[in-house]
Amino acid sequence: MDLRPVDTTLLFIQILNGVQLGLLLFLVASGLTLVFGILDFVNLAHGSIYMLGAFICASLTFLVGNFLIAVLLAVPITGVIGYLIERVLIRHLYARSHLDHVLATFGLILVIDTTVQIIWGPAGISVPLPDWLNGQTELFTGVIVPTFRLIIIAAGLVVAAGLFWLVNYTRLGMLIRAGASNSTMVSALGVDIKTLFSLVFALGAMLAGLAGMLISPITEASINMGGEVIITAFVVIIIGGIGSMKGAFVAAILVGLIDTLGRSFLDDVFALFMSQNAAETAAPAISAMLIYILMAVILALRPQGLFPPKVR
Amino acid sequence: MLKISGLTTHYGSSQALFGVELEFGTGQVATLLGRNGMGKTTTIHSILGITPPSGGSITFDGVELVGMPSFRIANLGIGLVPEGRQIFPNLSLRENLIATASNHLGLPDPWTVEKVYELFPELATRERSMGNLLSGGEQQMLAIGRALMTNPRLLILDEATEGLAPLVRQKIWAALNRIKGQDMSILVVDKNLSDLLKIADHNFIIERGKVVWRGSSDELRKDRDALQRYLGV
Repeated sequence: MDLRPVDTTLLFIQILNGVQLGLLLFLVASGLTLVFGILDFVNLAHGSIYMLGAFICASLTFLVGNFLIAVLLAVPITGVIGYLIERVLIRHLYARSHLDHVLATFGLILVIDTTVQIIWGPAGISVPLPDWLNGQTELFTGVIVPTFRLIIIAAGLVVAAGLFWLVNYTRLGMLIRAGASNSTMVSALGVDIKTLFSLVFALGAMLAGLAGMLISPITEASINMGGEVIITAFVVIIIGGIGSMKGAFVAAILVGLIDTLGRSFLDDVFALFMSQNAAETAAPAISAMLIYILMAVILALRPQGLFPPKVR
Repeated sequence: MLKISGLTTHYGSSQALFGVELEFGTGQVATLLGRNGMGKTTTIHSILGITPPSGGSITFDGVELVGMPSFRIANLGIGLVPEGRQIFPNLSLRENLIATASNHLGLPDPWTVEKVYELFPELATRERSMGNLLSGGEQQMLAIGRALMTNPRLLILDEATEGLAPLVRQKIWAALNRIKGQDMSILVVDKNLSDLLKIADHNFIIERGKVVWRGSSDELRKDRDALQRYLGV
């Protein structure tokens, strides 16, 4: 058998790319799993908030002339938008069925997408980075990666750590967990559960918006970016166990790695046991399906996902 | 303290309460007696706004509770120990105590985790255990502690000792004896009549959504007819 030597540098860079994609997915999925797990609400429009965050950040970048300041301003703006969406629309739907949630938030997708198109136009906006973020960093000899990807990884890890701290070690986190298991009782013990739910929704919106902002300098802010991310985010929370922050993190990294490595190396793996020609034909098709295959396998073995939260 | 008049409550189209009348004063212990399904829990859920009443009036120190959201009612100083304990399973024992702790009335010398542990020493050794891993007795003590941590002036217990071993029951009654009086009123539902009557000032028997008998513990002990007819003892 003809084994090609594995290009370790390429493998390392692709692992880094996979982790970066995973952390971005975690930002989107963490908000989704909070809202689905705690509020029992299916929010299809979560991806539209991700997209909205990217556009707001793009405009602010041109306005204030600095991407980082734009992100710092755009995150709270996205949170306020999320809060308002919850107050005006979402909270009236909690008592309804999941199908009604899907219908209403599908409508919300159309409203947000159209609004974005009216304000920013149909074309995507590329977001410029400051020079010091735009370069390359040599991690160690021969391994050179874009600096901004390292920033995304660092930001993702910091936010993940902050979320773990919030959920596990603060009063607010305790109330969020208590509210997930028994919101009636939380309310009967004197906590304004509706406001708590609004805050959770706003937090989810901020996280999704931040993910959109971080990806926009790489891809550009575009109207269809929300639709692309939302399906993958649902795959992540289903694999991780709906409502579990730890599950969302592990599953997001897993999905990010499998997706990225599958696209880069699956043809090489296939070439081990089929002709080069067949491998190159099959690999792209299979690699696009890999995360769904993973989801199917995990659902078959653990129907509640990897880390089902114990709430009842 | 608490005055209920003409209280009616519906579940959808079926009526559960038909004009409940009930009243007791500050520092008193009142009981709500009656067979299963007669409206005891519905009355409690109506007071707390968990099942909003359809008519009548509930005043707590003169403040009308009907129409108020649940959390505002609780923040007026009503602490609930619910039927089935309803401990948060995914929070540790200590987290169960502090998650919803508050002192909205600004009571001097408020309840703390340490004071709850002093009342129920069993809890101190289990403070890191998750709620779902606690025994029934521990959960009941925790539910009482959790309600006390909201610093209420009225403690409502729905089934105070249901399903607990006799020794644990005695601990619960002893604790309730310690916390009653002065500024703390108690409204309690339970099936252990003899224990209940020892602690109670006023007793209310509820039958098919109405209060059909009221009186002191001595009066109830003597009223063989009421005991037989409404409580089957």
